[in-house]
Amino acid sequence: MTGDHQNNTDQESVRTSPDMEAQKYAASIVLPDADVVFRNIKNAKRFAIDIGGSLTKIAYYSTVSHRKVLYNPEKDGTCSSMDGGNYQYESSETERLHFVKFETKYIENCLDFIGDHLVSSKDSVVGKSIKATGGGAYKYAELIQQKLGLLVEKEDEIGCLIKGCNFLLRNITDEQFAYHRHSEPEYHFITVEHNIFPYLLVNIGSGVSIMKVESDDKYERIGGTSMGGGTFWGLGSLLTEARGFDELLQLASEGDHRNVDLLVKDIYGGDYSALGLTGEIIASSFGKAMHNSHTKADGSKDFSEADIARSLLFTVSNDIGQLASLYALLHGLKKVYFGGYFLRNHPLSMHTISFAVNYWSRGDVQALFLRHEGYLGAIGAFLRGAEECDPEKYSWGENYAGSSGLQSPLPRPQGAGWPGGTTIDQLEIDRCDQQLTFFPLLANPEEYIPDAVDLTKDKEARDYWLSCFEGSLSSFVNRAISSQPNTDDSVERANKFRDKYIQRLHNLKNHPFAYGSLTVRSLLDMREHCLNEFDFPDPYLQQKKLENENALKLLNDHLNYLDELEHDKRQEVLVRGVLAGNVFDWGAKEVVKLMEDGLGFKEAADKLQARPWLHDDLDAWIARLQGPTHQCAAVFIDNSGCDVVLGIIPFARELLIRGTRVVLCANSKPALNDVTAEELTMLMKQVAAVCPIINKNLETGVLSIRESGQASPCLDLSRLPRSLVEDLRNWNCDLVVVEGMGRAVHTNLAVKLTCDSLKLAVIKNRWLAQRLGGDMFSVMCKYEAGNDIEVISSPVAPECGS
Amino acid sequence: MPVEEKCGLENDAAEQPSCSHSSNFIRQTVNGQSDILPSKTRTVSETNGSNGHQLSHECTPPMPWFGMDIGGTLTKLVYFEPTDLSEAEEESEVETVKNIRKYLKSNSAYGDTGHRDAHLQMEKVRVGNRVGTLHFIRFPTSEMPQFLELSKSKGMATLASTICATGGGAYKFEKDFQREVNLTLHKFDELDCLIRGIEYIEDNNLDRECYYFINPRNVETCQKIKYDFSDPYPFLVVNIGSGVSILAVDGPDNYRRVSGTSLGGGTFLGLCCLLTGCQTFEEAIELAAVGNNENVDKLVRDIYGGDYSRFGLGGNVVASSFGHMNSAEKRAKVSREDLACATLVTITNNIGSIARMVAANEKIEK
Repeated sequence: MTGDHQNNTDQESVRTSPDMEAQKYAASIVLPDADVVFRNIKNAKRFAIDIGGSLTKIAYYSTVSHRKVLYNPEKDGTCSSMDGGNYQYESSETERLHFVKFETKYIENCLDFIGDHLVSSKDSVVGKSIKATGGGAYKYAELIQQKLGLLVEKEDEIGCLIKGCNFLLRNITDEQFAYHRHSEPEYHFITVEHNIFPYLLVNIGSGVSIMKVESDDKYERIGGTSMGGGTFWGLGSLLTEARGFDELLQLASEGDHRNVDLLVKDIYGGDYSALGLTGEIIASSFGKAMHNSHTKADGSKDFSEADIARSLLFTVSNDIGQLASLYALLHGLKKVYFGGYFLRNHPLSMHTISFAVNYWSRGDVQALFLRHEGYLGAIGAFLRGAEECDPEKYSWGENYAGSSGLQSPLPRPQGAGWPGGTTIDQLEIDRCDQQLTFFPLLANPEEYIPDAVDLTKDKEARDYWLSCFEGSLSSFVNRAISSQPNTDDSVERANKFRDKYIQRLHNLKNHPFAYGSLTVRSLLDMREHCLNEFDFPDPYLQQKKLENENALKLLNDHLNYLDELEHDKRQEVLVRGVLAGNVFDWGAKEVVKLMEDGLGFKEAADKLQARPWLHDDLDAWIARLQGPTHQCAAVFIDNSGCDVVLGIIPFARELLIRGTRVVLCANSKPALNDVTAEELTMLMKQVAAVCPIINKNLETGVLSIRESGQASPCLDLSRLPRSLVEDLRNWNCDLVVVEGMGRAVHTNLAVKLTCDSLKLAVIKNRWLAQRLGGDMFSVMCKYEAGNDIEVISSPVAPECGS
Repeated sequence: MPVEEKCGLENDAAEQPSCSHSSNFIRQTVNGQSDILPSKTRTVSETNGSNGHQLSHECTPPMPWFGMDIGGTLTKLVYFEPTDLSEAEEESEVETVKNIRKYLKSNSAYGDTGHRDAHLQMEKVRVGNRVGTLHFIRFPTSEMPQFLELSKSKGMATLASTICATGGGAYKFEKDFQREVNLTLHKFDELDCLIRGIEYIEDNNLDRECYYFINPRNVETCQKIKYDFSDPYPFLVVNIGSGVSILAVDGPDNYRRVSGTSLGGGTFLGLCCLLTGCQTFEEAIELAAVGNNENVDKLVRDIYGGDYSRFGLGGNVVASSFGHMNSAEKRAKVSREDLACATLVTITNNIGSIARMVAANEKIEK
């Protein structure tokens, strides 16, 4: 896997795409400076910098303004949907961390660029300080002070690395991975862990430092070696014509070390089987390079510079891998994270190190790498400087729209003033409004993976979903444009949204590992991030409102109908109602057509698969309802309109009647036509006017509406708001209802909980339905009793960012 | 040891050493010391042991008695010269055997590359049921064809005898020996031989064999101190040949190969040849002895301007071996001697570091 220059081809394919607007499209690739790199620099509030010998990383903090629909409870309670584009928007602010990486040789240009663009906030940063770390912090202190007017405060390098590492491990999904060159996929991502400690951090810079980390505050440098990146670079410069680190790595990837190294078979003529050493194992690095053995009769050499470079790479990485595993074994540590400029996530180096660690530890120690290892120091330095803002008290999430991805540097925009070289490598992390934590009722939180299918492993599924998302893109572009009819630049922004998302999809075809495990969830989230990036916070705003209002008109009759049914029949109809409502999904392209032609609630119910369903636990569920009343139910809801009004609300009402406390958990931020917590709050006032039961329970707080912390059509139960988690625990939550394809099929389908759980969804994608062994509109009705679940590890108090 | 081999390009692990030159090598860990201190650890270790071991179990084979360790870089030959020959024995001795003895004893160099280390020779030792002198001879394994040629010219083929041999070359060159000089190689595992050799030499060379250095960082006060090896177990053997094997010896006939590294003597010599154009190990060592690695390596003070006191790293500690050499300017200033010295320091420090970690993991103190 090379991957270094992928983006050229990506851009190429974008340009030659048979899009009717190809011309316009290509032109729109040239984005204004601040859209591409050093984004939002004019609002930068605080800086940190990590200056290494070869690469420099700048971190800054900015507040990004987005438009956000302004809800007016007075007005919205009564207003008609017909005022279309006349929604009022307020400015909503997101706190964002930006990280940009460039070669240190461009540092002066980059500092100038920042200085020039800081205009609006210059006054607010001048005279303040910048945290600096890395070897170059001393060398460039004066330059920084002069260019930016910031006082340079130097921070200890190792302390910053560890702080950055802890931050990434806690906040970034799929940050860490193991690398197996010979398996498919090569990248094995590991989800966010409950407890990240203890671990060994091996930083391979010029030399190597080995740190044992036991907690945020407890760490020590337990060893190191002088054989590091500098040795590879230095010896490589002496022994080959390659100039520069990257040229040397390139050379190494072309060589064959067997011409330079003495292998066991060169000594034994074969394996040394008594010791289990196979003939291919290197007995002596550079053992064939000695003078009396490498010149042939005609004076020509037996090996090339490329062979030397490869041997050198193997020598250094093997040695580091061996030492690291010796330290890990001595200290009883299982996880070793490798970082530093020597690696830069270069596949051949990662492979050799992984191999060495596995070999020398006999598999007892795992070599792990970090997607953003290059940013550890900058993140740590930034956090040191921002302590008064308590950045570690919040949860953060990677912004896929603003991050370039693993081995996916973006091409330098044509004509734009990016001063940092030919490619752009950047990371953006957004602050969540709340602190997020694990759902306490997961049976096995240590192994929780939300996603049902890992598309990095499943090529067929990956190909399908990538083309599916690309195929439905134009309808999203149109939806985005029509959601802001009175805005001048909506077409331009919508096109930028499309370009960016297509660029991401194309990159993912070749680098499915770019943002961690590729999943339907990550593709959905990425689309939301890209929409947000171009200020389309809620393209389905009007649609949601319209559907809610139409559904509300049917609610009273529907409730009356339900109340006349006998118990068991009512339970069945309630579940069917949720399912029928779930058909109304603007994210499912095969249903969109039906809805555009006008789809009624009854017709939707008729579409459902006949029983027995694809997964049919309805009888078990109804039987359970004849048993003891649940104390508290958490219901994770999906779409607006019929789904919530005629499906979820009657279902919740039934639980309330039974005496169960109900917590309706809705998205914190918009995604597709999913109802948000804010919209639901508004909607419930109208429902309360129709239904006295709802009204009473809302007033007493037995029915509550809460944010789920999600901004996605999917559900990540390892990232729920801490306040919600605490309340659910206090209320002895003993039933979890998860609804919809995104929340109950793409994610969480196989996830076990320690309490009763009901997962309800209609499969509205023909390909997926067939894959699951059913057909379009197959029904997933999965009930699992909590006491049947074997608890593998009891949920512990989750360790969070504090 | 799990050996995962998925493709031919996989790399790993350490080799089986040829011991002899390892000791040459070890001497130099005392940076700057170039005088040759006779160290026996090596020489004796290999062939010798197998000989002794072998003879005690079988009826006495005919002279001449040789032991051979054919390593990746060097071949080590041990010759037992009986000094207790009765006149009758001497009378009946085959002419060829006499000639070989004379030839070996009267020379200390054979051809261009063969050497007899006279300072190492051990007198009046008992091997099997005989008393005699052990002679230690070495030559580069790459000269094996010439060696076979020489042996042929001395009439070895007529003796139709067996030689005890170890090292990788015992396998690799077995057929050549048979064909060229009609010699059968009696092959022994080299690590068995190594351990046997250490035990033998300790028994026979009590007061001179095992030693250590005090104040190794200071040329002035550095001293070689004899180590009492009477209660040896457990101990670690770091055998530095072309590559390095690390053995944990828990008791007589009880050892494990616990680790190793491919960065050994072969790496030192290979890199030195590439970097300085030198030809031999001796030349490389001589260069290294007068060079200064600080022109090549990046020290802690080069990065931090002084000590990195937070983690107890002194300014003089090497932070990055060859760390200065990515700069064209620094490359222009550096000498062959400096490069050889840096290579030596890099390899020896690394072996020391790995050996220390292995010892810690094995909970062995020596």
